[in-house]
Amino acid sequence: MVMPQELARALELRPRRTWRTTKNTIMTGLLGGAVVVVAIPLVLVMISVFAKGGAILFAHFPKFLTADIPPTRVAGPGMGPAIIGTLMITGMATVIAVPLGVMGAIYLHEYGGQSKFAQLVRFMAMVMTGVPSIVMGLFIYIVWTLNFKLQGFGGALALACLMLPIVISASEQMLKLVPNGLREASYALGATKARTILTIVLPAASSGIVSGSLLAVARAAGETAPLLFTIGATRVLNTSLFHGDDTALSARIFENAKEAVASAQERGWGAALALVLLTFTLTVIARVITALATRRK
Amino acid sequence: MVVNSAKPTSVAVTKTPVRTNAPSVPELRPSMLEALMTAPTVYEVSNLDVFYGSYKAVRGVNMTIRKNQITAFIGPSGCGKTTVLRCLNRMNDLIPGARIEGKVLYHGVDLYAPDVSATEVRRRVGMVFQKPNPFPKSIYDNIAYGPRINGIRDRKKLDEIVERSLRSAALWDEVKDRLGTSALGMSGGQQQRLCIARTIAVEPEVVLMDEPCSALDPIATARIEELMRELKQKYTIVIVTHNMQQAARTSDCTAFYTAELDQAGERFGQLVEYDVTAKIFSNPSDTRTENYITGRFG
Repeated sequence: MVMPQELARALELRPRRTWRTTKNTIMTGLLGGAVVVVAIPLVLVMISVFAKGGAILFAHFPKFLTADIPPTRVAGPGMGPAIIGTLMITGMATVIAVPLGVMGAIYLHEYGGQSKFAQLVRFMAMVMTGVPSIVMGLFIYIVWTLNFKLQGFGGALALACLMLPIVISASEQMLKLVPNGLREASYALGATKARTILTIVLPAASSGIVSGSLLAVARAAGETAPLLFTIGATRVLNTSLFHGDDTALSARIFENAKEAVASAQERGWGAALALVLLTFTLTVIARVITALATRRK
Repeated sequence: MVVNSAKPTSVAVTKTPVRTNAPSVPELRPSMLEALMTAPTVYEVSNLDVFYGSYKAVRGVNMTIRKNQITAFIGPSGCGKTTVLRCLNRMNDLIPGARIEGKVLYHGVDLYAPDVSATEVRRRVGMVFQKPNPFPKSIYDNIAYGPRINGIRDRKKLDEIVERSLRSAALWDEVKDRLGTSALGMSGGQQQRLCIARTIAVEPEVVLMDEPCSALDPIATARIEELMRELKQKYTIVIVTHNMQQAARTSDCTAFYTAELDQAGERFGQLVEYDVTAKIFSNPSDTRTENYITGRFG
């Protein structure tokens, strides 16, 4: 038998519209709205890149990806040298920046700690993250390109300078996330510090380090400014990073987009789509590799 | 007031009835006492002070730890039990600013002498931590990690070590069909037994245990205690525990630590009483010990 008074009290358990529930609705709505606002430019960018770039890329598939680049005013496909250039230059930049950056992060977190030198390096890396990419390009132009002529390797150096601080700070964050208990467990078994880092800490942080490095690679692949001073321009394939002018997708997008000719602009969009697909493919490959590596353990 | 009695002194077999709240203790037989007193010395700790930076956290510890015995460290939180334990395999070296004064002799060798390698010390003195901390690797690789450090590469030999270690940790039957799966998929109790197996895989001389059962349920705890009693045939065990019943059930000798305030009002840990477990729990010499084990604090 339920007493009326108690029933009345119990009914208060049912949600009613109060100021609190109204606030909840408003805030939820605002947060959802923010997501939509953030997503709109992203979606629009993807749509225009796919619509405009897809027209030329898929119409001339796979010739668009392999053929030499035609002269600006000539219509038709061809981005092969730029794709190879981007892969080689970004690849070389990765080879330089990722090992250096990861080793730097290991030093900072596992050895340097709070020492003055480590704090200085950490601060410099942070400052370097904020340096505009065109300044990096100028720097390499002065110290490298003026001495060794325009070449792909100069571009790789400039991109490596850009990637380095990103790799360092992302990797250090990941090393911080490795529980100290794992390090202690390894030391307690008589492992040396080097062995602990190589066999316990790095594998535990590997997926995060790969993600951080990928972020840097993707950023570098899209950079144009540092390449403008350093790699020159060519429309034919150059497979040497150390000899002769080179080209890259980002540089080609810039070159073609600024022309007032429809054929060039079309090729620019195609190059943009090729770049998006390239970074996307790299990301997927790296994710799959980390996933496989983690599952094997 | 008796402070820091350096060695378990011989005690008369006491018939004092166990106090109301005190854990029950097996009766102390003279033969057992004889065995305790004559066991060879493993650690000789004298006038040990431990500093964290300028803070002197533990002061004036003197004790002897003997071979093939289980020595328990009990006491309230912040009394320095874990700190002292971590001095026994130089684990405190890893904490920035930590240093010691006094001597820790291990079979007569000063562990903190400049030419002693902390890595070498830890190969002989294993440690099991409060929170189970298996590596994010397979069960097999967890156990094989230590032997591999010592240069064992031969697959057959590793297989043998893995099986033997898991058997000694009473885990083999539960995991023998899934040695290749991740150790992180095991239950808490299994993970802790895995950590014990991993520790004994390198065949240490001493096993230090820092509250190994605090995260486990009573059944898992009972298994680990049983395991400790078996392991003491081969190893010397030092265990830090908050569970007085556990100390009473498993250990041969018990050290009671407490936290005190010095004149400057700074809290520090000290060893109050160290004796045969049966004596500590039935007839302690210090009133602070008595108050602690009977549940009457201060």
